[in-house]
Amino acid sequence: MTTPQPPKLFAPQEPIFPRRVSGFFRTLKWWIMAVTLGIYYLTPWIRWDRGPALPDQAVLIDMAHRRFYFFWIEIWPHEFYFVAGLLIMAGLGLFLFTSALGRVWCGYACPQTVWTDLFILVERWIEGDRNARVRLWKADWNFKKWRMRITKWAVWLLIAIATGGAWVFYFTDAPTLARDLVAGTAHPVAYSTIAVLTATTFVFGGFMREQICIYMCPWPRIQGAMMDDDTLTVAYRDWRGEPRAKKRLEGTGDCIDCMACVNVCPMGIDIREGQQMECITCALCIDACDDVMAKIGKARGLIDYLALADEPEERAGKPPKPVWKHVLRTRTVLYTTLWSLIGFGLVFALFIRADIDLTVEPVRNPQYIVMSDGSVRNTYTLRLRNKHGEPRDFEISLTSDAALQLSLEGFDTNVMTVAPDSTTQARVYVISAPQDAAATAGTTALRLWVEDVESGERAHRDTVFNGKDQ
Amino acid sequence: MSDPKKHQDIDKETGVETTGHEWDGIKELNNPLPRWWLWTFYLCIVWGVGYMIAYPAWPLINGATAGVLGYSTRGEVAAEIDRYKEQNADLTSALAAVELASLGDDEALNRFAVAAGGAVFRTNCSQCHGSGAAGAKGYPNLLDDDWLWGGTIDDIAYTVNHGIRNETDLDAHWSQMPAFGDVLEKEEISQVVHYVMSLSSTEHDATLATAGAVIFDEQCSSCHGVNAEGDTSMGAPNLGDAIWLYGGDEATLTETVTYSRFGVMPAWGPRLTPSDVNAVAAYVHQLGGGE
Repeated sequence: MTTPQPPKLFAPQEPIFPRRVSGFFRTLKWWIMAVTLGIYYLTPWIRWDRGPALPDQAVLIDMAHRRFYFFWIEIWPHEFYFVAGLLIMAGLGLFLFTSALGRVWCGYACPQTVWTDLFILVERWIEGDRNARVRLWKADWNFKKWRMRITKWAVWLLIAIATGGAWVFYFTDAPTLARDLVAGTAHPVAYSTIAVLTATTFVFGGFMREQICIYMCPWPRIQGAMMDDDTLTVAYRDWRGEPRAKKRLEGTGDCIDCMACVNVCPMGIDIREGQQMECITCALCIDACDDVMAKIGKARGLIDYLALADEPEERAGKPPKPVWKHVLRTRTVLYTTLWSLIGFGLVFALFIRADIDLTVEPVRNPQYIVMSDGSVRNTYTLRLRNKHGEPRDFEISLTSDAALQLSLEGFDTNVMTVAPDSTTQARVYVISAPQDAAATAGTTALRLWVEDVESGERAHRDTVFNGKDQ
Repeated sequence: MSDPKKHQDIDKETGVETTGHEWDGIKELNNPLPRWWLWTFYLCIVWGVGYMIAYPAWPLINGATAGVLGYSTRGEVAAEIDRYKEQNADLTSALAAVELASLGDDEALNRFAVAAGGAVFRTNCSQCHGSGAAGAKGYPNLLDDDWLWGGTIDDIAYTVNHGIRNETDLDAHWSQMPAFGDVLEKEEISQVVHYVMSLSSTEHDATLATAGAVIFDEQCSSCHGVNAEGDTSMGAPNLGDAIWLYGGDEATLTETVTYSRFGVMPAWGPRLTPSDVNAVAAYVHQLGGGE
């Protein structure tokens, strides 16, 4: 008796040589690739005039000055809830698309998929289609193989550098940085960021490919929990295709076992074995199979977008359910509603936010002091925010039921100028006369106002005055 | 030895062996790891060895191995402090030489002085005057508008430089109230205390106060002034205002008059750089009571 071999601990990566395919989904994917890559590479170069004091880059994450610019919108750090809202929308959007269309994000829009697609395009252009690439892979390392490999790697590297390079342009003025990068005078962080992103793009897009999706990405595992019987995924109509046979005989199914669906698959799987974790639903096997079905004179859709609920119905001979009936259901409507509500909320918040603002921090060490004439004084640190592109004169005032006097430290009047697009710190004193109630009470409510002298625009904050009775 | 075959549990669906463990009906397939994952593991080991050579790593009795790069977080902080000192060198020398009364005219220098002075204050002064500069009994509140030795920025700088009642500096502020317990009778002290209380409209005995006025005129007015308004040239406090360094109640005032007080402040001129003294004077001056 032989002892059973222990299972292998490690497995080598199986090479995949996706064949070229054309069809509706391939064309759609080319378009999505062109648009997403176009947006990614070109956005930092769009200019947007905001006046002389502010940067003129349309989309800019200005870490140094703590600002985020998006065309006409400017986000300050204290408005980070916009980013939180967008992230929640992104999350809900993924729920929506996953429950309706399965891993459509993976198949069409994920950067890993888009860049891998681009890298495979380059690979095919230099080394030829599937069969040529298999031959080259098997061939010895002769001059031709080296030439092709090095050409391919060089082009990949150029794309990778452009990818890493585009990223850093989002964080500072793009034309200036581009000149600095070429001249060698840019900040080391810019170079190291480009280096890291170049390396990840090159390795992930060129060599890791499906390994990233299968072993590194948590999304394939999470998505399984979001799908239900009506979720559309790429599937094989085995009730129509089986029994498969290369020869057209009586009683055989439509599948002629031509392996076209397997050969085009970038994940290296056979969709006819059913839905599996590796499948990113890129739909290229649908295009490949439709092409074959057209050639042998059969109806398209042997491999198609199908829901789990379709199988028993179609086996029973019912006609295919239209796509919109799968997509439009309580769950997706609910996700869409939530998504839109948050979207409306954010847009609403964007329009009602004020261009001037203040925050008040009462000085609590000490809570109050007694002046030589017996009056009681509290001190408050104010932060005055001017979001306008030009300097503004702000008048500080207070309203309270008690008789309180306000004075702005360092100014004879209670008016100070705040520079454009900036926050200024100011200190105000609030004084209660010795005989007044506020001086002897515990706390007295008061409201501090800031008013734009020119436009009359104003904002307020509530705080308290601390008297002697603590 | 048991038969290994017995432990083999093959998953029916995939034909792959499971790990043999089961959690609530869930079994884990024992698929092989991709080989590149193994390489990342080896790479981490190589990286770890390199890190140990380059950076502080092995703890020994007197600290850790230094690493060939000579990196330390303390060294980084020290380098950063040096960098800022170098960056601020111009401002620091300007601050050391500035005419303090006109410091407010130079906005940038003033801002630097106040920020630097805050740091000096919190390091050297807050132990007595409090981190918020509100003082305590016997330690003056620096936020209010009452100054024993003057509240202009130059006055403050002088006090900081030379201190109060310290024998190490001949230029230190010096004044000493006599302990009137040796001079006056207890009843006379009580009378003068009630007179002093009457000056700041505190509740008092009018008969005692009237008698105390005469004693005050004889014994106290030479320093505190005829109207008890005080004198900053000799550090005599204003007795008519609402601010008391030690307290304005009868018991505390009696104690003060009987035994007198002797608060001291060290001279900071020899301990701080001239720019630091100017900085802390600017900081204290802008706290809300500067004259």
